[in-house]
Amino acid sequence: MEHRLDGNAAAGALQEIFPFEMTTADATCAGCGQINVVGALVVYKHGMGTIVRCPSCDTALIRVAKTRGRYWLDVRGVRVLQIAVES
Amino acid sequence: MERTTLLGRLTWQLGEVVATQVETARTKSLTIALPQWTGHRPGQHVDVRLTAEDGYQAERSYSIASAPGDQKQLTITVERLDDGEVSPYLVDELRVGDQMELRGPIGGYFVWEPSFGGPLFLVGGGSGIVPLMAMLRHRQASGSTIPTRLLYSSRSYEEIIYREELDHLSRSDATLEVSHTLTRVQPPDWIGYRRRIDQALLGEVAWPPEQHPLTYVCGPTQLVESVAAKLVALGYETARVKTERFGPTGGA
Repeated sequence: MEHRLDGNAAAGALQEIFPFEMTTADATCAGCGQINVVGALVVYKHGMGTIVRCPSCDTALIRVAKTRGRYWLDVRGVRVLQIAVES
Repeated sequence: MERTTLLGRLTWQLGEVVATQVETARTKSLTIALPQWTGHRPGQHVDVRLTAEDGYQAERSYSIASAPGDQKQLTITVERLDDGEVSPYLVDELRVGDQMELRGPIGGYFVWEPSFGGPLFLVGGGSGIVPLMAMLRHRQASGSTIPTRLLYSSRSYEEIIYREELDHLSRSDATLEVSHTLTRVQPPDWIGYRRRIDQALLGEVAWPPEQHPLTYVCGPTQLVESVAAKLVALGYETARVKTERFGPTGGA
């Protein structure tokens, strides 16, 4: 079953890997150049893992899966990730 | 861009159910004590993990319904999905004193705090009311008078979650307006709306776009996408319309 969700639904998977709150990070799509907050991106969850797509051009920005004790992280669809840090 | 703090690794914690509350025939609130809980912000969710005797694990996300405050416990409200792997157990089987695995708080996007300002427009469908309720409870607890409107779509009167609390909140607070729409069955004396949320309904209930409202929409995917598109058509700024989709059947 494939459900279209939004970036909030990827928050748990991303927070397992990154030490930052990733839903408020800005991601530049490598496909169309649009910049979106990760929370506003489109997310599909499968048994295999989580895919984060651009709401504008459908490019897969981030793929995350966890299998056999490893995280598999494919971020080739992200040109730039901007993460704000507390000053 | 909002500021981000280092969160550290997300780890599973063992909690204990300390109270349950039947909300409707299909939904129940569970209050869970978590000794290692560090608090949350209104709108965030948690992941719940169940492990079967054979080791099979199922994880689901549930929005936190309670306002921040008590650092060591939180309340989630769960809707039973008849074909669900997790929700029937949480709604029908779990008892006070039972333990459950939970991690969080998760998410920083679908969050509202009084410092974000308003006017605030909250739109919920079914159990999509849950994170919005955390915002309303926090708003009230912190004494905020930010003008707020809630539009809540339910199938029937009996399925309105937190009905009495919402009535009480709106009666006791002149800066909060609550509008209901019932999409399938309405009581004979119903004076609220009686249809799915459409452009005309939003035109009546939503703040005028010139007031630059801050909007949070949560519910089934179809409702969320339809409402968000209609708000943008009304002139709402996309960046100030935040959405949380539950998928087609509910249950975060």
